[in-house]
Amino acid sequence: MSEILIETEGGDLDSAPMNLQMGPSHPAMHGTIKMRVKLDGEIVQKTEVEVGYLHRGFEKSCESVTWSQVMPYTDRLNYVSPLCNNVGYCMAVEKLIGVRATERCEYIRIIMAESSRICDHLTCVGASAMELGGFTAFLYAIEAREELWRLTETVTGARLTHSYCRIGGLKDDLPVDFLPNYRVVEKKVRSLVADMHALLDRNRIFLDRMKDVGSMTAERALQWGFTGPVLRSTGSDYDVRKASPYMLYDRFDFEVPVGTKGDNYDRYLVRMEEIEQSFRIIDQCLKQMKPGPVNLEDGRLLLPPKDEVYGSIEGTIAHFKIIMDGIQVPPGEVYSYTEAGNGELGFYLVSTGEGRPYKCRVRPPCWSLMQGLHELLEGYQIADIVPTFGSVNMIGGECDR
Amino acid sequence: MSKNVLERLQARFADQVEETHSNQGDDTAYVKRDKLVELLTFLRDDAELAFNLPVDLTVVDWYQKREPRFEVVYHLYSTTKKHRVRLKVRVDEDDARVPSSFPVWPGFDWFEREAWDLYGVRFEGHPNHTRIMMWEGFEGHPLRKDYPINKRQPLTTLLGEQK
Repeated sequence: MSEILIETEGGDLDSAPMNLQMGPSHPAMHGTIKMRVKLDGEIVQKTEVEVGYLHRGFEKSCESVTWSQVMPYTDRLNYVSPLCNNVGYCMAVEKLIGVRATERCEYIRIIMAESSRICDHLTCVGASAMELGGFTAFLYAIEAREELWRLTETVTGARLTHSYCRIGGLKDDLPVDFLPNYRVVEKKVRSLVADMHALLDRNRIFLDRMKDVGSMTAERALQWGFTGPVLRSTGSDYDVRKASPYMLYDRFDFEVPVGTKGDNYDRYLVRMEEIEQSFRIIDQCLKQMKPGPVNLEDGRLLLPPKDEVYGSIEGTIAHFKIIMDGIQVPPGEVYSYTEAGNGELGFYLVSTGEGRPYKCRVRPPCWSLMQGLHELLEGYQIADIVPTFGSVNMIGGECDR
Repeated sequence: MSKNVLERLQARFADQVEETHSNQGDDTAYVKRDKLVELLTFLRDDAELAFNLPVDLTVVDWYQKREPRFEVVYHLYSTTKKHRVRLKVRVDEDDARVPSSFPVWPGFDWFEREAWDLYGVRFEGHPNHTRIMMWEGFEGHPLRKDYPINKRQPLTTLLGEQK
């Protein structure tokens, strides 16, 4: 007779819940975020999300620089779609001053913001596919993003942190060969997106991992403050561009894709369809756009042309005053909101009438998404954390100020 | 449409609403904190108002500029009625606390923790009232205007330094 060598409590296998730390430096954790997961076997019982590993003090930094100098900081909020942030911030300051950019400027801002949104969605979808083993789809997405970034580089001069917008205008008009270049890029990106659809839409492995995983109801998503593709995948059609059209969005014919179940697969489809809609908006922009001035003719906001700066004392002084003292923004407060890649991006600015912001608060969409993330994970398997977290598209830069 | 929000709020909570304005098109109401949770619940549940999306919560520090020192700022949106409102609650430095809005909208959970962490305003009744950006043991609240921007608080004791 053999004797029992190891005796577990209750005579059964040890089945106490296990605590697991995921992150902050983990291959599946985009950016720096940590999850404390309580596991019952392979089922996630409880998740606690921890942020703060990328806290750089965005607000505190903004308070000590001039209104124009905040622009490069906004690039680094959601670094995958910096132009959406640029546009959002510029609109907020312009609303506070009480001016509106020129029509051509708004068209260009929309074109650039929409191409940024495409990059954002491509990154998210590509990365989610890669984490599930679909490396080919990832390469296609990144190739498409690279094409768009190359095009953006010809416009803004930078690949990633563009700082393209200026308060009251833009750094520059579009280059003369933008339209033919865009047509080439558009064709290429559209064909790559079609390839991604073919690779993923009916892929058995992809479907099994994405369908009915991480689902949420629209009501619950709203309670958590979710916006953007994650909210729309649950069936709510809230899109700032449609609900309260800013800039010229009321002139375009486009649709807001919504999901039904709010699971990973719906989020994937919503993002892919939004890429298509963004192309539609850009197309209409290019058709409607007319030549004209890009910057407002307002010496209080924009730097004078360089020949004036170097050729006349008035120009030199105006230049000096804007650089050193900053744009003088009237006292007041304003909340301005735009639709960024991940949802409603709001800027709440408070001015005391000085050249520097008294308060420059950003309402990042990811912040809300992260506080409710645990509800998307609990009750599913531990392996489901990876696609769910990937499809939410958390961007550390805007989440961790 | 948007005027409606402030009027309706004033009609229901006449003694709670201190003042209102619509500067730059943003409807704003200054409210007292006594019945804040009740007021927020009304904003959420009233069929005419139906604020169902908690957008933003933050604090403005008016250090040596205004009294009382802090303003807690709420931004709400209704996806069905498509209107917005901004609520402001003034609180004193010595008594910097407001009731937590977590029971009304869980979506203010992290916003309140952030406001506590960075501004030092307490949210009474919050289920997990801890710091979120800074570490436990961090001294002060970095977004207050009297916290110097170049102040350093290393988490670890540096070599040769006494803690």
